[in-house]
Amino acid sequence: MMGAAPSSLQPYLEEWNSMLDSDVTEAGVWRRARESFESADSQGKQKILRERATHTRRSVLTMISHAGMGHIGGDLSVTDILTTLFIGVLRIDPENPEWPDRDRFILSKGHCAASFYSTLAYAGYFAPAELMSFMQPLSALNGHPNRTKVPGVESNTGPLGHGLPIGVGQAIAAKLLKSPSRVFVVLGDGEMQEGSNWEALMAGAHRGLDNLTIVIDRNLLQQGDRTEETNRLEPLADKLTSFGWEVREADGHDYSALLDAFLPSTTGKPVAVIAHTTKGKGVSFMEDRVEWHHKVPSAEETKRALAELA
Amino acid sequence: MITETVATERPSYDNRKAFAEELIELAAHDDRIVAVCNDSVGSSNLVGFRKDFPDRLINVGIAEQDLIGVGAGLASSGLIPFVCAAAPFLTGRGLEQIKADIAYSQHRVILCGMSPGMAYGELGPTHHSVEDLSWLRAIPGLDIVVPADRLQTRQAIRSAVDDPRPMFIRVGRFQVPDVTPAGMSLDRGRFQGIRDGKDVTIIATGTMVSRALDAADILEAQGVSARVLNAVYLAPLDVEAIQVAARQTRAIVTAEEANVAGGLGAAVASVVAQLEDGARSPVRILGLTEFAPTGSTEYLLEHFGLTPEAIVDSAKEAIGHG
Repeated sequence: MMGAAPSSLQPYLEEWNSMLDSDVTEAGVWRRARESFESADSQGKQKILRERATHTRRSVLTMISHAGMGHIGGDLSVTDILTTLFIGVLRIDPENPEWPDRDRFILSKGHCAASFYSTLAYAGYFAPAELMSFMQPLSALNGHPNRTKVPGVESNTGPLGHGLPIGVGQAIAAKLLKSPSRVFVVLGDGEMQEGSNWEALMAGAHRGLDNLTIVIDRNLLQQGDRTEETNRLEPLADKLTSFGWEVREADGHDYSALLDAFLPSTTGKPVAVIAHTTKGKGVSFMEDRVEWHHKVPSAEETKRALAELA
Repeated sequence: MITETVATERPSYDNRKAFAEELIELAAHDDRIVAVCNDSVGSSNLVGFRKDFPDRLINVGIAEQDLIGVGAGLASSGLIPFVCAAAPFLTGRGLEQIKADIAYSQHRVILCGMSPGMAYGELGPTHHSVEDLSWLRAIPGLDIVVPADRLQTRQAIRSAVDDPRPMFIRVGRFQVPDVTPAGMSLDRGRFQGIRDGKDVTIIATGTMVSRALDAADILEAQGVSARVLNAVYLAPLDVEAIQVAARQTRAIVTAEEANVAGGLGAAVASVVAQLEDGARSPVRILGLTEFAPTGSTEYLLEHFGLTPEAIVDSAKEAIGHG
């Protein structure tokens, strides 16, 4: 349920609500989006993804401004990845979220829940009107996703370094069950400092889990500083290659490049996509600025940001 | 190869053998059952399972965080994973995974803490799992089962397959005699009353249950009637049985092969302390209070006062029996 919004936000909430009415409140929304995506040519596909991603970014801004909390920088850097996966790639049925042969998706960087929730709502997993309950008392939409409360969430994340081992387990299960399911895990780049990820990278390669794809949101920043100033990740591609993964690098804001990068493995190895992104993408004064990891925009900043995301 | 030996006058058994046999029997009739381990094929007694079901034994190597996450992933895809590792590493190294990936996410994983307590005696405190009960009791949504003998080990594994909730089972290595009366079922969240008595209640778990029964024999010879409860479930906790014991007997003694900070005794004391005035029995808590010195399991149990004689002394002191 909606909490009391600062009056200065009211025009944007009203605008946001009107977008819901016109666009994404009916059942079957994902199916129609997928159909129009599949029938579109390459330029048409990119246009659909761009429009949806812009919608999600506006939603993220409004949610975080309204809640007064959130991780806006990473939300904006991962939005194009999530949009591309949910509209263009994943074999899912949001009206039947427990479909056994669905593709699995895990957001290991669970703090970017605002973008994830917006993506799920626009895919039809739950009513977009719920989004404004983000982090309000007793809301299903916690600051980090909870599968027991939110359809479309496969496992609860938040502490970093948890998503990939779970994805490895899901990929092993798909092999054992002879299921066509693919498994996608989205990780933050700073998160690659967690040792558990490297345990799981070894296991994924050892078992030849070619049904598993990880996507590293390589925005070069972590909470407190640049990754390379904190605990160096580079040469990341070489490390992943040496661990036995098929490594693909892509511009994480180029839909066409992402769609190519998300194609199935051709080598029998699991796939690691290093998605080169910009933290705070789409809002000029947030881009590549470490303080926007979890700074909350003022009403004035929200207004300026929404104007840039028109 | 595990052999059954005679530790005292009674035959005693390594519960891992019952665990392995039961798991193989269940897996033969249920394709969803898989075993996951951290290089512990031998110490988790999974050699037979691997022989019968080579594709369903997933050894992730020495990587306990990955181990538990993989278990969560398998469970989320409809399989029933028994995730096996030496208890200290399973719970200590993977504690955040147990919290977030298993309990909070409610993925039905059966965490099998092998060789718990001080089963690894001389290997020292790094290899003792005496904090597990305290750590895991603080996590909601996770059943904690401590079988006291072979029969309960089998019952616990069967119930884990029948119940969609995640569970931690302590699978004992230190040999213990049978203590469960024939025909007694394992009921979720219930202690088992295995000996009735009116003066004092001994609440024991795992290894300590047979020792509690021995203590009750000694007390009886000295004119003290002791009730013995087997705390086979630590979570959910049998609050009612504790309340009844506090009202019906004059004192409660708890005994666990674990640190006393936050374990069985602390759970019992917490229930008793919150009873209305006039119904408070004194509680005495037996367990570990510090890292163990070098010694065998048997030696260390005695070192920490986890013997029938020490239970007798505590019971008599608590009820003021000269």
